[in-house]
Amino acid sequence: MNNTNITERLKTTKASTWVADNIVSLIFVAFTLFGFLVSDGVTMNFFLTELSSRFFRNAFLVLSLVIPVVAGLGLNFGIVVGAMAGQIAIAIIRFFELGGVMGLFLTMALAFPIAALFGYFTGVLYNKTRGQEMIASLIVGYFANGLYQFLFLFVVGVIIKVPSNHPMIKPDGVGVRMTVDLVPVKDGGLKYALDKIWEIPFMWAILLIFACILLLQIWKIYKNKKNPTLYRYNKTMVLINIILSIVMIGISIHAITTNSSLMMVRKVPVVTGLFIVALCIFNELILKTKLGQDFRSVGQSQHIAEVSGIDVDKTRIIATIMSTVLASWGQIMYLQNMGTLNTYGAHTQIGMFSVASLLVGGASTQKAGVKHAIIGTLLFNSMFIMSPEIGLSLFGNALLGEYFRTFMVYGVIGLALGLHVWRANKNSEITLD
Amino acid sequence: MSDNLLSLKNVSKEYSGNRVLKDINIELKKGEIHALIGENGAGKSTLMNILFGMPVIHTTGGFEGSIEIEGKEANIKSPHDAMSYGIGMVHQEFMLIPGFTITENIKLNREITKPNLVSSIFGKRLETLDVKKMNEDARKALDILDMDIDEFLPVAGLPVGHMQFIEIAREIDKTGIKILVFDEPTAVLTEAEAKNLLNAIKKLSQQGIGIIFISHRLDEIIDVADRVTVLRDGEHIVTKDVKDTNKYEIAQLMVGRKVNLDSREGTNKNVVDETILRIKDFFVAMPGENVKGVDLEVKKGEIVGIGGLAGQGKLGLANGLMGIYPAKGEVEFNGEKLPLNNPKAAIKSGLAFVSEDRKGIGLLLDESIENNIVFSAMQINEDFLTHLGPIKIKNSSKIREHANKMIKDLDIRCTSSMQKVGRLSGGNQQKVCLARALTLNPTLLLVSEPTRGIDIGAKKLVLDLLKHLNNEYGMTIIMTSSELAELRSICDRIVIICEGKVEGVLPPDAPDAEFGLMMSGSRHTEGSEE
Repeated sequence: MNNTNITERLKTTKASTWVADNIVSLIFVAFTLFGFLVSDGVTMNFFLTELSSRFFRNAFLVLSLVIPVVAGLGLNFGIVVGAMAGQIAIAIIRFFELGGVMGLFLTMALAFPIAALFGYFTGVLYNKTRGQEMIASLIVGYFANGLYQFLFLFVVGVIIKVPSNHPMIKPDGVGVRMTVDLVPVKDGGLKYALDKIWEIPFMWAILLIFACILLLQIWKIYKNKKNPTLYRYNKTMVLINIILSIVMIGISIHAITTNSSLMMVRKVPVVTGLFIVALCIFNELILKTKLGQDFRSVGQSQHIAEVSGIDVDKTRIIATIMSTVLASWGQIMYLQNMGTLNTYGAHTQIGMFSVASLLVGGASTQKAGVKHAIIGTLLFNSMFIMSPEIGLSLFGNALLGEYFRTFMVYGVIGLALGLHVWRANKNSEITLD
Repeated sequence: MSDNLLSLKNVSKEYSGNRVLKDINIELKKGEIHALIGENGAGKSTLMNILFGMPVIHTTGGFEGSIEIEGKEANIKSPHDAMSYGIGMVHQEFMLIPGFTITENIKLNREITKPNLVSSIFGKRLETLDVKKMNEDARKALDILDMDIDEFLPVAGLPVGHMQFIEIAREIDKTGIKILVFDEPTAVLTEAEAKNLLNAIKKLSQQGIGIIFISHRLDEIIDVADRVTVLRDGEHIVTKDVKDTNKYEIAQLMVGRKVNLDSREGTNKNVVDETILRIKDFFVAMPGENVKGVDLEVKKGEIVGIGGLAGQGKLGLANGLMGIYPAKGEVEFNGEKLPLNNPKAAIKSGLAFVSEDRKGIGLLLDESIENNIVFSAMQINEDFLTHLGPIKIKNSSKIREHANKMIKDLDIRCTSSMQKVGRLSGGNQQKVCLARALTLNPTLLLVSEPTRGIDIGAKKLVLDLLKHLNNEYGMTIIMTSSELAELRSICDRIVIICEGKVEGVLPPDAPDAEFGLMMSGSRHTEGSEE
């Protein structure tokens, strides 16, 4: 009835909580800048090379966490189970010595049903542990790890007969070796199978990405001009994005034309990048469908969704399956980049690191989007690159930087969860006003 | 009769042998506004649960009688059936998702979709939302209600009045809505908002929708309703045309005189002309039971009853005094200022509280009777403790002795003082609560809903006990209860709380209609007319 009043009030609440909402991200930006200040050994080249390779390795996994958050399941540490499914698929493909690009797509196809099955069971478990999904997801990862070890250490060799002279089988013929070489793609293996399809120089990639962002902002403004009520946008954010894009495009054109040292940064895998972009678009588009709307309804209030006739349990299971399948593909992309399968260790940290990345990007247990995943992956990995450097320059010992990493990973999860609970408590506090 | 949109015929319902509804007959015509009124526990919600086919009805053995919609027998087994018969409900608590826009809430799980490439392979659930069409539909529904608010705004942060209208818009937007139930729709609204709502309800009825209007505000009923049905203790008392009656009569019918628990004979000899508790401008933030500025004085040796309908704030008063919920105001107890928001200080100063939430904050269910009885006294007054230097040890023999005395005095039926409280019946649990409060040797005893959830025999025992404490020891008691009859049976005077304020004070033998009018907050207007 008085509209302006309401919109105004919504705005003021947003502005005042911006810092509180982004405190975790800000800590990480500060940490990375601090790293640049204290350590003189880090060149921009080294930093960007490391960052881009880490980004293309991890982004897909982090993006697989978005849907469960939207559907109200919280942070799905259970993507570890998806990672295992990916590794099982890789082990099978490696065993039969298939490889190359087709081999990689075959791995993904193989991982799909395995991960979907695992995801189904995980989803059923989450429905039984309503309200404690995050703890359940953490435990299900450890539990599944036991089954995984049983499979790879005992079943392979004792129940499934394998030749003991196969390079991935232990010499005694029972179990899979600790590390399995995935064989470079040019020798018919899986290593770099996706990355090496097409690579372009780093600065060209920057130019392309920011050109796309610029076009997107213009598209937003155009849509808004056409129908201001239906397509609204945040004016300051769009302005910042446009300025940022123009600056970055300028830098990259300058670097390309003058062939500066930035052109020495390692080349960027285009197809992997396209996979990541595709997943970003998928995450956005799914929310525009009926299923996506159901995810959101269930995520916001299970009770109201139930009363409105939405099958809450089924919707939650679908969300879990999607996340698990995506995680299995993410793990395959991760491993083809690493080039070796660390059979018993590759999946264990995936859940923690991906969750921490998402949180660093400004997500919470109830709110997450593509934006958070991308920014988070960049910031989190920046911290990863800088922490040994900080350790080296401050304490003369790179190993101390390693401790920093662990400290930061668990610290950020703790901080983000703590802040979330603190804010929730504050909101539900009963006051006289 | 063919012009009846809905008729309930001889509807009865039993919950495990306890009859909560007896032969209810209600008819609703097209375009009629039919008010339903009754005290808490009169059976209004049970009746609506039946109409909506709520699972709680069908898991407890269904109901007797029949429901006819437009002359045809309707078989309503689930809320979904009810919806397909064209029955809609505006809930008392809002079924709105705060993070969603108004449109999204109106269209919740009834979203309009259009097919896309993916959905043709993977099925309907992946169809794209047609936001434009959804907004148009939402607009239409909002326009019917004269709401000029933008449909794409989020619901969070809107005033409650708007939220209520969004709920109604959702019901209107459902195709083929014939019957709309409003459950206490104005309870949370401001006066102006309530006025808007009543106008909207009238407008809807003019479009031929039959409306069941549940409210305890008599003025509203007189204002909008065509007919009114009064329920009391699960019985259909009367259905009347509103123009043939007045609020005085409705109030009388609503309260009635119930079980005649032997009424108090004579006046209380113990009452001394000395104010023991003086409450001034008292506010309490208890969710659902807010107190908004109460002034009250209690004399020494009195039994004061606090009555009123649920949600009006009568429970908040005692909870606020004890510091369980945030409170502010001036409270003087026994000549000294009572520190607020500090349960420990409240107990120390000589208040004791028997909570309405027996299982939540009243008792430690997994502990023994004796531990429950001495717990507060041990904690606050350090009774029943042996001091060994800095170490305090429970004095078990003293505790046992005291517990056994209490069990004997209050007639707590148990196997021994070591029995777990969780195993006792409701009435005996209540006595343990009382025993604990008495162990504190209070000057003033606050008792909230002492007879809730216990059987009739136990009720009488508890009430007799309170009376006994007052007569023998001159203990001052403030008793809060939803059951007017029990307040009238033991209290010296009864304070009626309405909308967080003291509506008025009545002697226990005041006429029924007085109580009814006060409880529904209609007395002010009555007074101004005179």
